[in-house]
Amino acid sequence: MKDVGIVSYGAHIPRLRIKSSDIANAWGKNPDTITGGLGVFEKSVPSPDQDVATISVEAARFALARTGIDPQEIGAVYVGSESHPYAVKPTGTIVGEAIGATPLLKVADYEFACKAGTAAIQTCMALVKSEMVRYGIAIGADTSQAAPGDALEYAASAGGAAFIIGREKVIANINETCSFTTDTPDFWRREGRKYPAHGGRFTGAPAYFRHIMSNAQNLMKSVSSKPEDYNYAVFHQPNGKFPVRVAKMLGFTTDQVKQGLLCPIIGNTYSGSSMLGLASVLDVAEPGNRIFVTSYGSGAGSDAFDITVTDALKDFPRNNAPLVSELINKKQYIDYSTYAKYRDLLYED
Amino acid sequence: MMRDVAIIGVGVTKFGELWDKSFRNLIAEAGSKALLDSGISGKELDALYVGSMSTGRFVGQEHVGALVADWSGFAHMHIPAIRVESACASGGLAVRQGYFSVASGMNDIVVVGGVEKMTDVVGDEATDTLATGLDQEWESFFGATFPGLYAMIATRHMYEYGTTREQLAKVAVKNHANGALNPYAQFKRAIPLEKILASPMTAYPLGMLDCSPVSDGAAAIVLCAADKAKEYTDKPVKILGTGQASDTLSLHGRRDICTFDSTVYAGKNAYKQAKIEPTDIDVAEVHDCFTIAEIIAIEDLGIVKKGEGGKAIDEKITTLDGKIPVNTSGGLKAKGHPVGATGVAQVAEIVMQLRGEAGDRQVKDAKIGLTHNVGAVGASCVVHILGVK
Repeated sequence: MKDVGIVSYGAHIPRLRIKSSDIANAWGKNPDTITGGLGVFEKSVPSPDQDVATISVEAARFALARTGIDPQEIGAVYVGSESHPYAVKPTGTIVGEAIGATPLLKVADYEFACKAGTAAIQTCMALVKSEMVRYGIAIGADTSQAAPGDALEYAASAGGAAFIIGREKVIANINETCSFTTDTPDFWRREGRKYPAHGGRFTGAPAYFRHIMSNAQNLMKSVSSKPEDYNYAVFHQPNGKFPVRVAKMLGFTTDQVKQGLLCPIIGNTYSGSSMLGLASVLDVAEPGNRIFVTSYGSGAGSDAFDITVTDALKDFPRNNAPLVSELINKKQYIDYSTYAKYRDLLYED
Repeated sequence: MMRDVAIIGVGVTKFGELWDKSFRNLIAEAGSKALLDSGISGKELDALYVGSMSTGRFVGQEHVGALVADWSGFAHMHIPAIRVESACASGGLAVRQGYFSVASGMNDIVVVGGVEKMTDVVGDEATDTLATGLDQEWESFFGATFPGLYAMIATRHMYEYGTTREQLAKVAVKNHANGALNPYAQFKRAIPLEKILASPMTAYPLGMLDCSPVSDGAAAIVLCAADKAKEYTDKPVKILGTGQASDTLSLHGRRDICTFDSTVYAGKNAYKQAKIEPTDIDVAEVHDCFTIAEIIAIEDLGIVKKGEGGKAIDEKITTLDGKIPVNTSGGLKAKGHPVGATGVAQVAEIVMQLRGEAGDRQVKDAKIGLTHNVGAVGASCVVHILGVK
């Protein structure tokens, strides 16, 4: 699989932020208990004119800005999200049109809770490998919903990342990918419902931990690698605690995890979560670095990737688009009442 | 004339959030452990009793008696299988019904189980289901919940007797310390006083760590006519006394909300039958669904004087090395509270103590033990006195 990989990438995180302590105070909770328990200190919030389509377009445009690729050479756009603006009508067509990749274009929207974006990467890899397309863009983006007062409200945030997958000018080879999937109903949103429901602690051991642990171990077995072989490790980050704990359980160190760990300062961007983590790692990675990425999607499944950065990264114009750290630092705080207005919390589900 | 009854086998499952174990698997596991422990063969069973509070709402299953007999492999024996319900005292009452059936001479050997599978429901459904044990028309419809009602009892107890939040919290500290020594407990860890006091407020003065958890689990015991018990075990544990009492379903109907008269009457009757005084008790498992519940339980059972439950905690009378250790299992607080299982699990704990098989939490030379199982906010209560010579 060596010749398939990441050609370019771009990220987008909305500018607005709300502090976990403001949410906690609005609900009469102790802010220290919340931030200490979840490890989330603030999260990004989409403004009323931002949605998964605008975030996806921004990220895709940034990815293109770092390459000389003619958008017409893009043969596929797959957008993974659980908050597509339309229930029926694709986000991918908006993205394809906006970046100038239409009309000879394969498009579909994906949904697999927080791992739809990494599923899109796997689809693009297959299309490129089978030479059905020259380049494909895989996007994971969300403006995730959380019911007012629910524990999810402290983390559910907005953001996304786009990855151009191809065979030429590859800055990071994807050496191997594998998936681990079962029917495990830990988190869901029924058709027509405004907010998702979840099984509380059931989202932990039998869901997040079982799927990530199994998949990560399978991947390391299939490429005969060990945790110490990797410079960076990125895990899906529904809160600040789970990714650190699962890394430790697998034998990774906090140092390997911290560059890709964004949830404590931007929240859980759902389909964008592990992909933004990977983008943050590529912002600083050097040729020869090896990266371990494991996503998780409720329902449930995990996609894992073994990635090696190539020499092509030396000449890669990273600064043609904002780095993840720049997007994180460009922020403006809002209070809970503004948040409630922007997130349309003021009437019943 | 009633004959003596002995417990010849006990079995408990681990308590906790047991996502990979179903209702029926839990009770079958506890039942088979109890049968193995007793050494009897299934063919010798004359009847099966099972306590469960609300399988209909928790797992959508009623007709639990026949189900448990079937799932335990007894369907072909066609033995009577009886489900017993008395809210959170369902397990204790199942033990009492099993006791009567053997004491009366109708049956020689019966198995009594208790089970609840509470974590298959999400959100507030468990709280709402538990609240069906309250008075729907006078309490639940108006939003009363278990923590809310026990909080009223606690504030009144604080007002009447000067009980403090620290004393309440110390009950949790003690029971978590005991739970840390119990391999079957849901929370096997000690928790310091500051953490209990700092836990998020559920209903003043009860913080989250003053409350027992939502749990899955099951327990079972095998009862046998005492004169036949020696055929199966060297360590039979006799049921010396049993008491049951009821009270107004709603809390506001009580003469005094700092006393559960159901406990007082059930205790008195059990003591009378066993011909013992509260001071004769070596070890007790009481119904600490909230920390305040343990304080009023030890008062109402006569272990300490009314109003001195808080002081007793300060003086460490009820710790593992105290004068009368209470809730050596960790209690409902730390061991977990799968409601239907609780009353049976309490008996199992006392049997282990009296047999000297309680491991790190063993009370030295325990000869007489008490179990105290409460339904809802004291509308029903079952007390058992167990003993070995």
